[in-house]
Amino acid sequence: MAAFLSLEDAIATHVKPGMCVALEGFTHLIPFAAGHEIIRQGITGLHLMRMTPDLLYDQMIGMGVADTLTFSWGGNPGVGSLHRLRDAVEKGWPNKLVLNEHSHGEMSVAYSAGAAGLPHGLMKGHSDTDLRPLQTGRTAEVECVFTGAPLTAVRAVNPDVTILHAQKADRAGNVLLEGITGAARDAAFAAKAVIVTVEEIVDDLGAPMNAVVLPRFVVTAIAEVPGGAYPSYTHGYYGRDNSFYIAWDEVARDRDRFRDWMDRHVVKAASHGAHLEALGVLA
Amino acid sequence: MTGKTYTSGEMMTVAAARLLPDGAVCFVGIGKPSAACVLASMIHAPNLVLIYESGTVGTRPSVLPLSIGDGELADTADAVVPLTEIFSHYLQGGRIDVGFLGAAQIDRFGNLNSTVIGPYDAPSTRLPGAGGAPEIITHARDIFVIMNQTKRGFVDKLDFRTSAGLLNGGGERRRKNYPGRGPSVVVTDFGLLRPDAETDELTLVSLFDGAKAEDAVAATGWPLRVAGKLDVIAPPTTEELEALRDLNARTEAAHRTPVKLHLKKTA
Repeated sequence: MAAFLSLEDAIATHVKPGMCVALEGFTHLIPFAAGHEIIRQGITGLHLMRMTPDLLYDQMIGMGVADTLTFSWGGNPGVGSLHRLRDAVEKGWPNKLVLNEHSHGEMSVAYSAGAAGLPHGLMKGHSDTDLRPLQTGRTAEVECVFTGAPLTAVRAVNPDVTILHAQKADRAGNVLLEGITGAARDAAFAAKAVIVTVEEIVDDLGAPMNAVVLPRFVVTAIAEVPGGAYPSYTHGYYGRDNSFYIAWDEVARDRDRFRDWMDRHVVKAASHGAHLEALGVLA
Repeated sequence: MTGKTYTSGEMMTVAAARLLPDGAVCFVGIGKPSAACVLASMIHAPNLVLIYESGTVGTRPSVLPLSIGDGELADTADAVVPLTEIFSHYLQGGRIDVGFLGAAQIDRFGNLNSTVIGPYDAPSTRLPGAGGAPEIITHARDIFVIMNQTKRGFVDKLDFRTSAGLLNGGGERRRKNYPGRGPSVVVTDFGLLRPDAETDELTLVSLFDGAKAEDAVAATGWPLRVAGKLDVIAPPTTEELEALRDLNARTEAAHRTPVKLHLKKTA
């Protein structure tokens, strides 16, 4: 059953060096506060997994948290490159990064299979791309056992820990996600442990029928972290700070400027609240 | 482009918008594809269905999204579904009429690279990667590509094939029974390229007003075929240009506005 912990304790208890960790959320509900706490605790050697690495993984990779990245699209949406990701891949700074590269469709199938306890999922057809030969042990061309039709098997992924941000949890530990949920539910069910940061803990979720609810027995730890997705967003609470995403491009271009920014705004911030305060984004 | 009252980017967006038939179900990416689809829905295609891979179905944004999952897309959608469902039920299930793609490189058969420039293991430029493009180009019934035409982008040989277009041409894609037909048009800053019916090789078939075929050939990294008779595409109308500029101005203002968080105090 879900334990209510501080963010510090949730990360310290469940995230260990060398683990495979998926911080999911598709543009929306990206768990920035939790990623920053991993940086603050100096955890390294992680295999980070995420469909769209986004700024959070740019920051974590640039701070030397990861040695492996499983992903399907690594850019700053609508802005350009993730400069820290590029520096790691192109120049090995601050360390070499092994890439397990996929398409969105493959990642989606890998999470779904992981959630369902299957060894692999399936996609239609074979592929004529240069991506496929790089995926030894992760994808394979097979045939339908009934019709012989060409299919591609995509190996399931099962992160040691999936970390999400959500709108609300109730006091029993059920978690409600609203709006764009991406692969969050699949990534949670695929994982051995699930940490969720939430905007608030409430008496009653007020979840409509068919809502995306992670039941309390799927969630390992919950931490209340208001603003925990900023500069991503939490639908119904605050919008995506597109101006931050645009401004990040300049910060991340230069190693020293990046490290200095991270040091001042993340490493030395006592908490996510202090981080938001330092950024001057609190109303 | 001297004397023009519009930019080539505006012309490309308008030309792409005109290609979209009303009622089509479109799988949309950010940037020019979004602008073209929203513009088409404002001008001639009010029943266009916009689907973004973030899971927003039938969305009607009043400003263009910076990211593929901006709140605007969810707020104005008919439905917001899990991403896994977008790729399985909608795309692989064959529900998409038109997929709209861009890339860093394209070859003469419409294969696309959005992964690396240089060798994969030691790239000179690491690009964002595949995203949903390999599935979009495979499963959507029709594919529109929109890219500026330069020798760096229109290459004789891709550094990496991220997404399979018409493969090696000559009907290979049809013979392999791909669900969708692959790229049927490439919108560039000179005009439109379409694959030849026999060879599948991209051929310049239409020019924007004032554009020259020899300039398009010079901006291409392979000997670009030019159709015997070239159509001329009319410049943007006042209505198209005003709608597009209003949209871009609204978008620019929205994206530059910082967010302030009104947070509840933690107990």
